Amino acid sequence: MATLELSIGGEIPVTSARRKRRLGPLFWAAICWMVLVFAAAILANLLPLPSPTDMDMLERRAPASWAHWLGTDGLGRDELARLIYGARISLIVGLCAPIIGITIGGTLGMLAGYFRGRFESIVVGSMDVLLAFPPLILVLAVTAYLGQSVLYLTCIIGVLGVPAFMRVARAATLTLVRREFVIAAQALGATHTRILLRELLPNVFLPLLAFFLLLVAVTIVVEGALSFLGLGVPPPISSWGSMIGEGRESLEVAPRLAFMPATVMFLTVLSFNLVGDALRTLTDPRQGAL
Amino acid sequence: MLGFVARRLLYLVPVLVAVSLLTFLMASLLPGDLAYVILGDQATPEKVEALRHDMGLDQPVWWRYASWLGHVLQGDFGRSFRTGQTVLQAVTERLPVSIELMLLAEIIGLAIGVPLAIACAVRSGSAFDRFMTGSAFGMLSVPTFLSAILLIYLFAVELRWLPATGYVPFGEDPVANLRFMVLPALTLALAEWPGIMRVLRSDMIATLQEDYIALAKAKGLKASRILFVHALKPSSLTLVTITGINIGRLIGGALIVETIFALPGIGRLLVGSIYTRDLVILQGVVLLVAAGFVIMNFIVDLLYAALDPRIRHGHA
Repeated sequence: MATLELSIGGEIPVTSARRKRRLGPLFWAAICWMVLVFAAAILANLLPLPSPTDMDMLERRAPASWAHWLGTDGLGRDELARLIYGARISLIVGLCAPIIGITIGGTLGMLAGYFRGRFESIVVGSMDVLLAFPPLILVLAVTAYLGQSVLYLTCIIGVLGVPAFMRVARAATLTLVRREFVIAAQALGATHTRILLRELLPNVFLPLLAFFLLLVAVTIVVEGALSFLGLGVPPPISSWGSMIGEGRESLEVAPRLAFMPATVMFLTVLSFNLVGDALRTLTDPRQGAL
Repeated sequence: MLGFVARRLLYLVPVLVAVSLLTFLMASLLPGDLAYVILGDQATPEKVEALRHDMGLDQPVWWRYASWLGHVLQGDFGRSFRTGQTVLQAVTERLPVSIELMLLAEIIGLAIGVPLAIACAVRSGSAFDRFMTGSAFGMLSVPTFLSAILLIYLFAVELRWLPATGYVPFGEDPVANLRFMVLPALTLALAEWPGIMRVLRSDMIATLQEDYIALAKAKGLKASRILFVHALKPSSLTLVTITGINIGRLIGGALIVETIFALPGIGRLLVGSIYTRDLVILQGVVLLVAAGFVIMNFIVDLLYAALDPRIRHGHA
């Protein structure tokens, strides 16, 4: 959960002059990179790529050529194909885990902020227990017991995101409940369900979405770290993290094997952070804060 | 203040109990059970059954939890079935390494972050400020293991200034110890300074607009004194908060860094116990680290309350 805490801690609004409402060229560059990575990951099967798992022992650590556009890795596997199939893993885990978090955490947070009382204490208390573990330690321990698979990894990281989403949703709900349009709806006799879904949800959704993008970045980093340690997705599935881990072995002879996946990963994480940050600034920075 | 401490302490107990329960239940996620892991693939059903009985695995879950917790409260966290070392021995042996690493990282992080924050706050909006704020944002997107690789490549492979892996205890040879520690600590610090700088910078910008700063300037105090004494002091609260928030990430980062740089710390112990499926060590270390984390957060809370009276009286 590398940058999760930071994005919360760094959330003190700066002077109003810095609250740009325009989206700069960096924002669009980030969007372009994200589209490129998404397209490559989705179309991986259709692209004329060599297999990411076929080994060629005669072509180990080969430089870039027509057959292998970015060369081959230590086992003679095509680097470009592994990068693109690795994008799939990063994006699947990176998107699905926060979806679990936003669904459970968002629901709990809205209910806690709306109904208050004992329910709120129970939710906040149980989230505190989850937060009592250093995140990476908890992920590692659970994967050690459950065994390595993409599905388990996604679920664990997803559950770990629940407290953060819960806090964002609860904080937003708490301020919204006191607003006139909610009081008006209550006065008109609207049911709890209607108020939650029609009045509150559309307003809580934007700060949640901005936070979602930031958590995608965090998740990609966590998955990368686990795979880097050899405790994430099981081989021979390629993941950026495991590629960097394998590239570390040949840092002296072929540093590009570590640096290519590293660059791709950095750019992707940076893009999600940039877009998430821009969205948060657009949707009133105070709502995303805790 | 005493009432506040008592309230927080009362809250601490249920959290610690819940943490121990969760740590215990995690082991029940294990496909098969511990007896299979210990005996390996060639185990006969009779042997497994006998070992399960010896270890009390045939007892009901709540009973096993109670007896485990009883042992833990007496300081008996179990013994590795691979090396025979007790969990407590293994942890106390490695704790100094992790603590030295995290302290060094925090010091380097502060040494980079605080001066940069002050420099940016003084000239907020300038090209320098925009550049540094941008760099800090960019650094937030660099995972620890990436900066580790980069630093190893730069300082150990290309320049050959520092060793890439290894460790010597501080007591044996302080200089060699520091040489081994510089790169790991720097790696962690690279993840620390952007957060420190960002928060402190916005804090300082607000402080520098206060009347008493204007008064200090009018009195003709030296700029350095105004900045480091008058303006930095109220931000000490913020620094405590950041440090508190950072602990969790620092522990996770230390785990990765220790594994990469082969430092014999707690993180490497934990990762190693996963590689060798030494589940008793794993369980003990997870419990100890989580409990330590909870207690550290508790201390930060107290420190925070001691610095800011509003928290211990009102609803913060």
